Amino acid sequence: MNQTLNLLIGLAMGLNLLALGSGRLPSIIRTVAVQGMILGVLPLVMEPGFGWTVSAVAGVTVGVKGFVIPTLLRRAMRMANIEREVEPFIGFVPSLLLGALGTIGAVAAARALPLLPEHARTLVVPGALASIFTGFVLLVGRAKAISQVCGFLVMENGIYLFGLLLIHSTPLLVESGILLDVTVAVFVIGIIVDRIQRAFDSLDTRKLTVLHE
Amino acid sequence: MIAILPFALRLACWLLLAPLLPGIINRVKAWVAGRRGPPVLQLYYDLARLWQKSVVLSVLASPAFVAGPAVAWVALVAAAMLVPLGPAAGFPSFQGDVLLLVYLLALARFCIAWAALETGSAFEGMGAAREVSYAVLTEAALMTAILSLSVQTGSVTLNTMLAHSSGPGALLLAAGLFSVLLAENCRVPFDDPNTHLELTMIHEAMVLDHSGPPLAVVLHGAALKLLLFAVLLSEAVLPMGRLAPLAATAVLAAAVALVTVGVGLVESLLARFAFRRVPLLLTTAFLFCLFALLLAWKGGAP
Repeated sequence: MNQTLNLLIGLAMGLNLLALGSGRLPSIIRTVAVQGMILGVLPLVMEPGFGWTVSAVAGVTVGVKGFVIPTLLRRAMRMANIEREVEPFIGFVPSLLLGALGTIGAVAAARALPLLPEHARTLVVPGALASIFTGFVLLVGRAKAISQVCGFLVMENGIYLFGLLLIHSTPLLVESGILLDVTVAVFVIGIIVDRIQRAFDSLDTRKLTVLHE
Repeated sequence: MIAILPFALRLACWLLLAPLLPGIINRVKAWVAGRRGPPVLQLYYDLARLWQKSVVLSVLASPAFVAGPAVAWVALVAAAMLVPLGPAAGFPSFQGDVLLLVYLLALARFCIAWAALETGSAFEGMGAAREVSYAVLTEAALMTAILSLSVQTGSVTLNTMLAHSSGPGALLLAAGLFSVLLAENCRVPFDDPNTHLELTMIHEAMVLDHSGPPLAVVLHGAALKLLLFAVLLSEAVLPMGRLAPLAATAVLAAAVALVTVGVGLVESLLARFAFRRVPLLLTTAFLFCLFALLLAWKGGAP
């Protein structure tokens, strides 16, 4: 069980780096969607038996993160009619190296944490820390609003992964509430992106620092 | 006498089989494109033809123009002899010969770049500058890969390092080493070996002014390097030491053929990357090798 779990989280960590290295918005969106789906399947792997709650959480997460959110983002991109190139503040190579450093740091930091013995041998905590860090780098290091949304989603994936440690003690309501929040946030951002595009003729967030009238 | 015979056999194997690889790659490319393509043995004919031609020497060039390719070829042959060939262990084998391998490859590159600069032409200088600046990144990846193999097996001798499989990181290592192979041999995502536009070439731009036997030596050396990297990749990933001698030979041959066909497929299906994207790809290769190293260091589950 731990082998499959570690393999999936390792894949998600690889996708973190892929998101940092890709230069086109659609490929970042796709990467984040695949990562969301991989993390969505995790509860099924972590639980030995079949449970309705866990299956519902997994199914809804895969559906929302893998299909609903990417569709919303793609629609926002199409409506705002923006170019597909990502404009990085932090170049691709430095951000990749930063991400790798963060991943290694996350593995090292997770060793230092006093974890429960059943969690100590899995990659859950390092994966969560690495995703949060990657999301942070994406948020800070990219100029376009859509890629910043992707950074936010990667960060949320990391927090979700952390939350999986408590899957027995958190009620279903909390999980679905978080998912709903994220979906609404992406929905709202989709509308905002359109408004920004109309007002400024660009999605470059650097222009939002200057006030008009 | 007994020691000399396997040595000579291995040497012959390296020298005679190397020009086959570019032929196979070209055949695969032709097959994917739906053409008939050149014969598989085309490079042998080219080498024979070039060997009989005379050399055109620039008045600017010093003797290093001819000596460079020769020294590079000898260095590549020496590097190849260090690498075990399936069941036949590398013969000059000692503690730390893997470092010698890295240095011999670097020496070969230095000599070719030096000979390129000797022509005094701007194109050769440009090609040499590109070659060595990419080499900075590929060498980092190659050394990380070697480090991960050495941590995995606890040895710095090529014969022992390549005998075992590289453990849980084998897939990562394979991806990293394959990118290194493509970059070191100037294959497609990094450089187009077919292009004749001086502004975009790397390796070909360096050897534009070479002719006759020196060019033949450069071409044969390039083929040898390709075979060397293909063997290195196959043996790093596959557990060669656990197989019977005959099976090991067959597996190695199959793996090298697979790598060669893979290079051909990559070359047919991918376009050359823009120069500014290349460092990103090489950094990715480095990271693959780095994570393989971490896996080897910390064991399967951290």
